[in-house]
Amino acid sequence: MTDHLLVATGLSAGYDDTEILHGLDLTVPPGRITVIVGANACGKSTFLRTLSRLISPSKGQVLLDGKSIHRTPSRDLARTLGLLPQSPIAPEGITVADLVSRGRHPHQSLFSRWTRQDDEAVDSALSATKTFELAERPVDELSGGQRQRVWIAMALAQQTDILLLDEPTTFLDINHQIEVLDLLTDLNRTRGTTVVMVLHDLNLAARYADHLVALAEGRVHVSGTPEAVLTEDTVRHVFGLESRVITDPTSGRPIMLPIGRHRMAASTDTAREPSSKEKNA
Amino acid sequence: MTAATLKTSRGRWSAASGSNRTRGLWLAGLVVLPLVFVFLSVTIGTRNVGWADIAAGIGGAQDNIGRAAVALRIPRTFLALLAGGALGLAGAIMQGVTRNPLADPGILGVNMGASLAVVVGVAWFGMSSAYAYIWTAIAGAGGAAIFVYTIGSLGRGGATPLKLALAGAATSVAFASLVIAIVLPRGDIAGGIQSWQIGGVGGATYQRILPVLPFLAVGFAISLLSARKLNSLALGDDLAAGLGENVAVARAVASLGAILLCGATTAICGPIGFLGLVVPHVCRLLIGVDHRWLLPFSALGGACLLLAADVLGRIVARPAEIDVGIITALIGAPFFIWIVRNQRVRDL
Amino acid sequence: MTAHSSTINAVIANRRGRTRRYAVVLSVLLVLVVAVFAVTLAVGQSVTPPGDVLRVLLGEEVAGASFSVGQLRLPRAVLSILAGLCFGLGGVAFQVMLRNPLASPDIIGITSGAGAAAVFAIVVLSMSGPIVSVFAIVAGLGVALLVYGLSFRNGVAGTRLILVGIGVSAMLQSVIAYILQSAPAWSLQEAMRWLTGSVNGAKLDQALPLLFALLFFGGVLLSRSRDLEALRLGDDMAAALGTRVSRTRMLVIVAAVGLIASATAATGPIAFVAFLSGPIAGRIVRNDGSLLIPSALTGAVLVLAADYVGQHLLPGRYPVGVVTGALGAPYLIYLIIRVNRIGGSL
Repeated sequence: MTDHLLVATGLSAGYDDTEILHGLDLTVPPGRITVIVGANACGKSTFLRTLSRLISPSKGQVLLDGKSIHRTPSRDLARTLGLLPQSPIAPEGITVADLVSRGRHPHQSLFSRWTRQDDEAVDSALSATKTFELAERPVDELSGGQRQRVWIAMALAQQTDILLLDEPTTFLDINHQIEVLDLLTDLNRTRGTTVVMVLHDLNLAARYADHLVALAEGRVHVSGTPEAVLTEDTVRHVFGLESRVITDPTSGRPIMLPIGRHRMAASTDTAREPSSKEKNA
Repeated sequence: MTAATLKTSRGRWSAASGSNRTRGLWLAGLVVLPLVFVFLSVTIGTRNVGWADIAAGIGGAQDNIGRAAVALRIPRTFLALLAGGALGLAGAIMQGVTRNPLADPGILGVNMGASLAVVVGVAWFGMSSAYAYIWTAIAGAGGAAIFVYTIGSLGRGGATPLKLALAGAATSVAFASLVIAIVLPRGDIAGGIQSWQIGGVGGATYQRILPVLPFLAVGFAISLLSARKLNSLALGDDLAAGLGENVAVARAVASLGAILLCGATTAICGPIGFLGLVVPHVCRLLIGVDHRWLLPFSALGGACLLLAADVLGRIVARPAEIDVGIITALIGAPFFIWIVRNQRVRDL
Repeated sequence: MTAHSSTINAVIANRRGRTRRYAVVLSVLLVLVVAVFAVTLAVGQSVTPPGDVLRVLLGEEVAGASFSVGQLRLPRAVLSILAGLCFGLGGVAFQVMLRNPLASPDIIGITSGAGAAAVFAIVVLSMSGPIVSVFAIVAGLGVALLVYGLSFRNGVAGTRLILVGIGVSAMLQSVIAYILQSAPAWSLQEAMRWLTGSVNGAKLDQALPLLFALLFFGGVLLSRSRDLEALRLGDDMAAALGTRVSRTRMLVIVAAVGLIASATAATGPIAFVAFLSGPIAGRIVRNDGSLLIPSALTGAVLVLAADYVGQHLLPGRYPVGVVTGALGAPYLIYLIIRVNRIGGSL
């Protein structure tokens, strides 16, 4: 798979009169997993929607291989850049196989016939997401985790080199969240798909990201490796929260533990001391 | 707390919900206003009549066509007052009972239900007495109200404004189709299709009005007395129950009052829509949300609006006249849209 | 890779099954339209032998059949089919585009708008012929824009659009009632056409403009059928799949309004056909293919059959709109109950 380069330069965008993004720059590393985090209303979703041309920027542009995506014919773009929105709608009674095959839409035109290639794409999407056993079942009857796998399968059937996902783990139980994130990691490792997603949970973001981007007030506050981004300073600046960041013994990635006002064990006092001193200084 | 702070806090409190003084002024206005409209309604018609003849006509003389026309306007004016008051009050009650800004006897299909019941009674059971009309209409109104509320409260979230309005609109359309289907092959049914689809107050006589008076009186009494219950219901079912209100009983009693009013009105006027929607909203803007004030205001306001609409219908299309039901829909529908636009989507 | 080849075969089989079922459904509906059409031509007050019907259709003079079949039944049946196709197609286009069965043109006021314009053109402006259709189309588009514009507030919310449509519809209904009331010279039959829709007194030359409208606007809609299918997954998903959402929406609105308004100008707003056809077709087709053509055929069957029922199977004669109205109203209520209970869509 070729590595397409997705770049946002000086991006400002918003809804109606309110500007939410203020001149945001980001280069998405090809073939890696990029995770965008930030507090509510910091512009995470707006940014992802602008990256996938659902919103037109008021200033700046999004470039795919040097070409503005808002000037690329939408069908061409949809063959390179896939998006899984936050709340897609499954038509009532639709079966899994049918829904997944809808992902072939950009590869077809009014008079073209369904080809072997289309079948193969659907098949490999079903296999990769382990939804093959569900193929004949109506999507309405599936559990939340299964349903999310089916939507990812549909995005895979679209066969794009870049896949954007808007909070793919919302409303899922923790086991299904891990299942979905593991699946996306598999896709990235085996197919080389560039994944860009918005995640709510900082620790999961740090755990699964190759490249972590923290937004605050419509700008990139900091971006880089999870170790560089997820620090006590970042959490304070982005979420206004005092925390402790330690290393997850399993994954070796940083993990954030919030510090509230209560239930302080004696051992945490040493950890808190420096940060309260910083505040005074 | 000192006397001073008590005073200021009370001052702030009453300013927020419409002070008694403003209410008093509006109340005085709403007593004078119907009188003005009564005067207009008697003097203005599709036919121009001189002042002398108007005076004679009011006195009961019917010896020339002008005087006779004026004499006919008096019961018509009386009916418009009664029907307008009843529908305005019923609308306020329905909005309170359902906590739904889109509730209205027309939109919720209650008037059409009464209409359909009467048509069925006349066409299939040879019903002809005035009392049979009224009882049937009330039964139809009640049936339609229960039906729509049941449909509208199925599923998640209970009776949301959207679900109730849709259920009501659907039921209304359904009943209107049935009314046409029943009346169409029966040339003998008084007034034909139009009068059972679009309400009007033309052709009113004391003989027709008299039988509904007791029903309207009971309806007005029950409705006005449920003001306190509606105030509790406005806080939500759980909180109302916490305040010691029997929610189910409160709803049933208030609804009964509204149904009596709608049924009795529809039995003589046919279905008149949107009046019960517009009036309580306007009154709420003027005097706040306290039902002890809102209910009587809605009744008076409804009477004014229906009279005004009726007078308007007589003058805009001279020498013909437009049924008041058409006018209220033309005024009320944009109002309905305005409310829909100003509601947050979440609430719908 | 034997496992792989067996799974891909299953995928192919699944897809072929869908295509086959869709073809079967289409053929059955087509046969049904033809069958009902044939019955309405042959069986009326009197029964005409099929041979005679055929000879009349081929232009021969047949004593006793030329008038009843050629002059009465044929124009009526042709107009019914065309109107049914238009209503079915235009209705389902709206329902699919807005992802809500309640967003059909007869509920959100577009049919009433076209009807009000047509009756205004005929009664007040004394117009007749194709110009009435043009008038109705323009008015229908105006109402569509109005409803769309009035429901616009940080994006169009489906529920708001439906409620605004109900309000606009109520207003336009009373405009129709007013025009009919102020034209007392009208017969009840003519009034009924504008209140509920009717094919009484149909003439073949009414069918021609309707046919043109069907071919033109129907063609536009069918060319967008893939994009419409994509819209069923939500606006965002459709855009992600490469559909130009707002352009598709514009085209679909214009085409669907064109269909609905042309049909309304010819037959009046035949109650609920636009609303009913889509969900019925959806029940038959499920997700095996686009709903457009099945819904159009369903509309044709509905109008043909309902007119036949209204003319011959009921005590007394009813215009077709009364029959579809009495049929559609309970279905509308059922649909609301179902949507309320399970929160589903079309």
